[in-house]
Amino acid sequence: MESYKKQRLKSAAAWTMAFILASIWLVVSLLPFLFMVLNSFKEKFEMLVKGVFVLPDSLNFFNYKTVLEGSFSRFFTNSAIVLLVCLALLLFISACASYPLARFKFRLSNPIYALIVACMAIPLHITLIPVFKMTRSFGLYDSIWALIGPYVAFAAPISVFILTSFMREIPREIEESMEIDGCGKYRMFFYMILPLSTPGLSTLAIYNGVNIWNEFSFAYTLTQTAPNRTLPLAIWEFQGEYSMNTPMIMAVLTLTLLPMIIMFIIFQDKLVKGMTAGAVKG
Amino acid sequence: MKAKNASLSAKRQRSVYLAAAIFLLPVAALLAVYIFYPIFDTFQTSLFRWNGISADKTMIGLDNWAHLLRDSSFWIAFRNNVLIMILSIAIQLPIGLALATFLDFGGKRLNAFKTAWFIPLLMSSVAIGFLGTYALATNGGIISTISHWFGGGNIDLLGNPKRALLTVIMVICWQFIPFYMVYFMAGYTGLSFEVYEAAYIDGATKGQYFWMIAFPLLIPSMKSAAILSMVGSLKYFDLIYVMTGGGPGTSTELMATYMYKQSFKNFNMGYGSTVAAGMFILICIVSLATMKLLNRRKED
Repeated sequence: MESYKKQRLKSAAAWTMAFILASIWLVVSLLPFLFMVLNSFKEKFEMLVKGVFVLPDSLNFFNYKTVLEGSFSRFFTNSAIVLLVCLALLLFISACASYPLARFKFRLSNPIYALIVACMAIPLHITLIPVFKMTRSFGLYDSIWALIGPYVAFAAPISVFILTSFMREIPREIEESMEIDGCGKYRMFFYMILPLSTPGLSTLAIYNGVNIWNEFSFAYTLTQTAPNRTLPLAIWEFQGEYSMNTPMIMAVLTLTLLPMIIMFIIFQDKLVKGMTAGAVKG
Repeated sequence: MKAKNASLSAKRQRSVYLAAAIFLLPVAALLAVYIFYPIFDTFQTSLFRWNGISADKTMIGLDNWAHLLRDSSFWIAFRNNVLIMILSIAIQLPIGLALATFLDFGGKRLNAFKTAWFIPLLMSSVAIGFLGTYALATNGGIISTISHWFGGGNIDLLGNPKRALLTVIMVICWQFIPFYMVYFMAGYTGLSFEVYEAAYIDGATKGQYFWMIAFPLLIPSMKSAAILSMVGSLKYFDLIYVMTGGGPGTSTELMATYMYKQSFKNFNMGYGSTVAAGMFILICIVSLATMKLLNRRKED
């Protein structure tokens, strides 16, 4: 009994310790966001005079209003168009490519699969100069359409990897019974494989959607003028305009984070699962 | 009859090939245009002196490569990448695992912690980079403000060549620890409940359960996490480019930022291609070596 008591005491102490550490990490995680949101409501000089962790005088939305009345909506629309076009294309062609790799028996299947999967490790910087050159010669430079090709191409390998393993799990029997009914490979894909892959496709949509929404390197290299840039570069543009106005920048940052927070609140577990979908065993 | 069967199966096989080719074509074309051809092209461009715009493109053989081998900036950048790689693994994985363990032991009542801890991962690297420059500013940054509370002075984190890299690494860790947390939580879910139950019935404490049972079973997850972190660290670009641009001096220079600056700021695309190709080769070597090392241990 004595030892039981002792053990409970010990475990209570361990839990207290764990809670303290957890709370410290909570502060570390959230302090930058507190800094960001708190200061976004301040006026330019208010922050300098009163310090960064003092509550703003009033909840003034002046900075937000300025940002939203500026070109923010343009950046947002650009990002949304790029996202939708890329996802539609990416999911369709990745599903197409995964179908034969998962369900057909042919000799080249494994080498092709290995080649596509190997592309996952390729750093985009090795393609940056050639893609820049190509984009110029296609006449797409400095337009949002320049981003579609590279985004879809770099998202395809992991998508094929995940979808192929997903499609392998679909039971063979369904396919066989449809084959006996005289269903060809193309109909099979559209009427059976694609509908049954919806859970995999939705995970991929989240994973790739987040990456495309936040992509920086290609967007920075392949577009040049503000009206043709995406949301991650909005901060860049605003910083050029308001470099000394920290609260204004904080308002921009808060606004770019907001869509993700809203998505997180709506989809929570699905989003968490989707965002870590890339972490599959190599 | 037999011959007919053979020709039928050959025909079938041909139709399988045709269907496979049609389905694979879009992805294959895209990868060829945006990945395979560019790799080839970068290696080719690395043999030229070229500013990226003019028609004046001079073949200079391996001069760029000879320069790369002697270019201390590139090797400093590589060293910085390796430092980020090592410290990322050493910091992110243990903290991520600790947070996941805490959440796993605590169950659903700790969901508020989980939600809050996840938030840094929702922010883009670019936004974190910008937030970081302001939040860690010498004047009016978070750390300086806290230092003032305790009677200290301003602390210059990003402008000091000795501290800049470490500061940036801490920001990277702050960003990615939630990722490894979620990753290890999935690992815990993968451990069967029976294992936990059996340990519990045998009277194992939580500490014993963690060290003797969960930890060894999570080692494969940790290996994959280490590989992920490694490949990511060697490719790293966005956050550092935004936060420090590689500076001050070359103190936070990375292979990718160096490549970008050579190509698109100095318009030295010939040499920029060489840097990109060098980076590609180094990443391939490090990745292959690590995978071989980890796989060999698996066989033991």
